[in-house]
Amino acid sequence: MISLSHVSFSYNNAPVLTDINLEVATGEMVALLGPNGSGKTTLIKVACGVLRAAQGEVFLNGARLAGLKRRQIAQWVAVVPQQFFTPFAFTLREVVLLGRTPFLKGYSDGGPKDGQAVDQAIAQVGIEDLKERYFNELSGGERQKAVLAMALAQEPGLLLLDEPTAHLDINYQVEILELVRKLNREQGLTVIAAMHDLNMAALYFDRLVLLKGGRVFAEGRPDEVLTEEIVRDSFSASVRITRDPMTGAPHVIVKPKAYSG
Amino acid sequence: MRLRKDHRPLVLLVLLAVLLLCLLAGAAFGAVSISPLNIVKMTVDKVLPIDLSPTWQPTDETILLQIRLPRVIAGALVGAALASAGVLFQGLLRNPMADPYIIGTSAGAAFGATIAMMLPVSLTFLGFGLVPIAAFLGALGAVLLVYNLARVGGKTPVVSMLLAGFAVSAMLTAVMFFMVTLSGRTEMLQSVYSFLMGSISVSGWRKLVVVAPLAVGGIVAARFLAARLNAFALGEEGAAYLGIDVERDKLLVLALGSLLTAAAVSISGLVGFVGLVVPHAMRLVLGPDHRLLLPAAALFGAAFIVLADLVARTMLAPTEVPLGIITALIGAPFFVYLLRRTRREYAF
Repeated sequence: MISLSHVSFSYNNAPVLTDINLEVATGEMVALLGPNGSGKTTLIKVACGVLRAAQGEVFLNGARLAGLKRRQIAQWVAVVPQQFFTPFAFTLREVVLLGRTPFLKGYSDGGPKDGQAVDQAIAQVGIEDLKERYFNELSGGERQKAVLAMALAQEPGLLLLDEPTAHLDINYQVEILELVRKLNREQGLTVIAAMHDLNMAALYFDRLVLLKGGRVFAEGRPDEVLTEEIVRDSFSASVRITRDPMTGAPHVIVKPKAYSG
Repeated sequence: MRLRKDHRPLVLLVLLAVLLLCLLAGAAFGAVSISPLNIVKMTVDKVLPIDLSPTWQPTDETILLQIRLPRVIAGALVGAALASAGVLFQGLLRNPMADPYIIGTSAGAAFGATIAMMLPVSLTFLGFGLVPIAAFLGALGAVLLVYNLARVGGKTPVVSMLLAGFAVSAMLTAVMFFMVTLSGRTEMLQSVYSFLMGSISVSGWRKLVVVAPLAVGGIVAARFLAARLNAFALGEEGAAYLGIDVERDKLLVLALGSLLTAAAVSISGLVGFVGLVVPHAMRLVLGPDHRLLLPAAALFGAAFIVLADLVARTMLAPTEVPLGIITALIGAPFFVYLLRRTRREYAF
């Protein structure tokens, strides 16, 4: 589906990503982990071509990403960024309709097919009752669902999410991740998400990629990546790892200073 | 406040009817009144291959065809072009205060036009006079300058855009006056002054033949950018995620907005606040979707200026009040109201 080969990227000569090699197959569900500034967001932007890799190459379905038009990429890859803001009073449905942009041409107001894709995306996310509300007046969780619906209206093969659960209440975190995993399991949607919550990542993702200082520090199943040593060495945090008795997923517990040592 | 969705397409028809009524009123009133019925008859007689037996004075015909019609059509073009440019700039910059007058585009156009008018030679390029071309280049240069000055970390905040627009306008206006003074052609000061106050100056159809295709072409072309402007509402990064070629389309929108501003300025000089008031009023009623907003703002802007110009030339007749004064009297309080209503956003 998508592969990054020896990708490096720097902002104003400060390297952010260095020699990243990553291959994600169709139908995979991969979480990007790592401390703030480790390059998760940049990696997502490079993977969708908004940022151009300084060295190395990104391949989308075997084609060089750099050789594709933005419009072609957007017909295949949808991105849910950390924050969306618009100064204008768009309704939720109008925002979701923006997801059809890569398929519209010039004067076209969108045909019935676009309307169907929008209604289907809104139904998938379960926000039919909000669709005539103003986007800016929705709560953070509702807005995140709306943006997810917009991404789904693009009918993507690959969904990139940048910390989709940041700043959300726990009920919205669970709802969003359950929904994404359902789409992954039932429709084969390939998912790559930057995640800051290690335990949520362990619960919902099959494969974790941990970045540190712009390099891949560890990679594998949750129980392979979330070990006390790896978390300590990458996050400089002292933790204990237990196993959730119900799911068997590793569970990271912070050790307060008074107890460490 | 916002209209129900199924009523929105009707809006364009209603606005078109309003515009036609304003054109009729603009053509009817003035130093000599002409009855609306005769206006319609004369227009039909001239435009369609139908000969009507005249029920009007020959002088009426001259006044209508050589003075009034060019004037109201010029007004409609100015209003439509400025309102469309306002929608384009506001949509691209995601900044509801962007108006060609406020962000310095109009001053840039005026600057370019003045330089062209002062050149000792009169050049023509592809049949166009130099003035509209210089006005376009001036407008584009000014908008690019303001855009780059106002940009902070990938955004164009309201405050920095207003300040940059003010600074660039002030500088261009000063240089304009300085050059005219320097040239020793003091008789030009009066015309530069009236250019800055804004008033529709056309005599006959000559100027319109050049400017009308630019304005109408620009308005039609803007409609092609509607879907992309909608995507820009999510910011440049958001637009890129939706498949927009951001750098190319940004330049396209800025160039088109500059073209429309230049077309308007070369007819009327600097007429302010149209590009602010009209898009806001339309957005309030119709919502922010550019597919509908662009044509609606063009029609309403046209009607607005035709009416404002009618007020400007009849209020103190036979003295003509500059059109820019009328639009500023309406627009500036509205601008202040907008600033105050959303002032939390402008905290430093």
